[in-house]
Amino acid sequence: MREKLLKVSDLVVHYELENEVVEAVNGVSFEMDRGETLGIVGETGAGKTTLALSIMRLVPEPPGRVVQGTVALDGENVLSMAKREIRQIRGKKVSMIFQDPMTSLNPVQTVGNQIMEVIKLHENCSAAEAVIRATEMLERVGIPGERFNEYPHQFSGGMRQRVVIAIALACSPELLIADEPTTALDVTIQAQILDMMRRLKDDLNTSMIMITHDLGVVAETCDKVAIMYAGELVEYGTVEQIFHRPKHPYTVGLFRSLPSLDKDVDRLQPIPGLMPDPTKLPNHCSFYDRCEEACDDCLQREPPVVEPEPGHTVRCCRCSGGERREAME
Amino acid sequence: MSKYILKRLLQLIPVLIGVITIVFILNQLMPGDPARMLAGEGATEEAVERVRVEMGLDKPVIVQYINYLAGIVTRGDLGTSYKTGVPVLTEVLERLPTTMILAGISTLISVGIGVPLGIAAATWQNTLVDYAASGLSFIGVSMPNFWQGLMNILVFSVYLNWLPSSGFYGPRYWILPALTVGTSCMATITRTTRSSMLEVIRQDYIRTARAKGQTEYQTIVRHALGNALIPIVTIVGLEFGSLLGGAVLTESVFAIPGIGKYMVDAITNRNYPVIMGGVAILAFIFSICNLVIDVLYAYIDPRMKSQYSTKKRKAEVTE
Repeated sequence: MREKLLKVSDLVVHYELENEVVEAVNGVSFEMDRGETLGIVGETGAGKTTLALSIMRLVPEPPGRVVQGTVALDGENVLSMAKREIRQIRGKKVSMIFQDPMTSLNPVQTVGNQIMEVIKLHENCSAAEAVIRATEMLERVGIPGERFNEYPHQFSGGMRQRVVIAIALACSPELLIADEPTTALDVTIQAQILDMMRRLKDDLNTSMIMITHDLGVVAETCDKVAIMYAGELVEYGTVEQIFHRPKHPYTVGLFRSLPSLDKDVDRLQPIPGLMPDPTKLPNHCSFYDRCEEACDDCLQREPPVVEPEPGHTVRCCRCSGGERREAME
Repeated sequence: MSKYILKRLLQLIPVLIGVITIVFILNQLMPGDPARMLAGEGATEEAVERVRVEMGLDKPVIVQYINYLAGIVTRGDLGTSYKTGVPVLTEVLERLPTTMILAGISTLISVGIGVPLGIAAATWQNTLVDYAASGLSFIGVSMPNFWQGLMNILVFSVYLNWLPSSGFYGPRYWILPALTVGTSCMATITRTTRSSMLEVIRQDYIRTARAKGQTEYQTIVRHALGNALIPIVTIVGLEFGSLLGGAVLTESVFAIPGIGKYMVDAITNRNYPVIMGGVAILAFIFSICNLVIDVLYAYIDPRMKSQYSTKKRKAEVTE
């Protein structure tokens, strides 16, 4: 049997500051098959970006530190690789689209050169060939090839994000990590960019991790969904499982806070309270303070991971005995 | 771009007039009588008076001022040295190459050491490398030029007998004074490079470069340095400009016939034309230095270039 493309096991990442420790990612485990698209959903500060960065081993150290766990890419642990090996993976096997296209391109280099750079690094080709391939890539993301020699400031936000996508996909990576690729763009451009990413991903047969806090984006693009809260994966399953049969009170809360077309609701229901301070996470369930269904048991221990149906896991005390009320409609 | 340069050159005119005016006023306020000084000690009142009339010093101040400005505009005449009778322009131009060489080599030394040191300090922030770089630049700035010059002479000329101790007749003579001036400028350049690099290294595009699989060295050199250059170029340009004004102490220690010493001598002798002419020329050179820096910005940062070009920019193509 072929290895899973990506297998993250019990990953813990901390940011160790002078007088406090930010527990950004706490014991995250999941797997991904080839061709799959996984959506990672969570609030700001839930640890989504840190999780993504640690897959490419880009967490800035210091202050960041991987405390424990493994990130296996085709069975090889990225976190214990030599620097040389990890460089061969970055941009070639795994690449990343960053959140803010206004700042993720080098302002003093032409966009063409920035695309060419990654091609020259990983593909054994001449400079002339790299120019041709970079121009092709530029055209593929919908930018005329004549703009090869222009600088990032001559492009709008959406166009810049296209350039970032061109860089990320230039070497046909096996895994593309998109960290909120459309958050900084306005809504009409968002749709175009998502559409293009989906098309290119299918063309190049790339797997994708889509990090977002937009459940609509997840429904449109993903096969599997992971819900993150305070550095933990609280629920994981297929889009169908999560959207139709959410189990974790947090996931349920997320859906209730969305406007719906077919239900006439006067007022959306937000989840009360705030995410706990990541420097002072409790020893019990970190959602306890905001949870409508919290009970004494929740205060006693870290919630166990249970599997209410095959491929659907939840991290919740209330779900463990199967006694959870099904009254969340 | 050429339009921009032309505009900047025209802007030089009021700057120079302003500088000349200020220096002229300062000269008038200085105590001491140049006519008496020129006539020599023990000269009779008549002799002093004769000199005064010869030099035009008997005329009202405003007339002297207008005469001086008119001389510059019509004949390019910055006046004649009271002491030697040689036109100021000739004397300054004679000394300028010496000062240029000293300033140029010193700048090369301070950039050659300061920039790599600053990059290393930023790359390995808060490590031994960083502390060593700060320490080194601190030592550089703490040593007074005259003392360091003397020490250099002591070590390299007297003990080791490798290099000549004074004069300015060829490359071998340039090394010690340039080293003396260069190490003191190095500190500023190291600090500027370090802080500018630290800011750039935190930017998202550096992470993008790493995510491409680029090596750490290339990331620093190709992506970070290019973006950190603006403040570095500014400081280097200013240091170079002020060195052109002459490194007086170093010139004295090494007996170099440079502009610094020339100007200081002129001030002690109340040699008004030399002071005014010299300052005007230095102001001109300094402004040209600034202009060169500003033009360099455009080549370093394409965003600045678009600000410079006055012609209507191509409409930005949006989605």
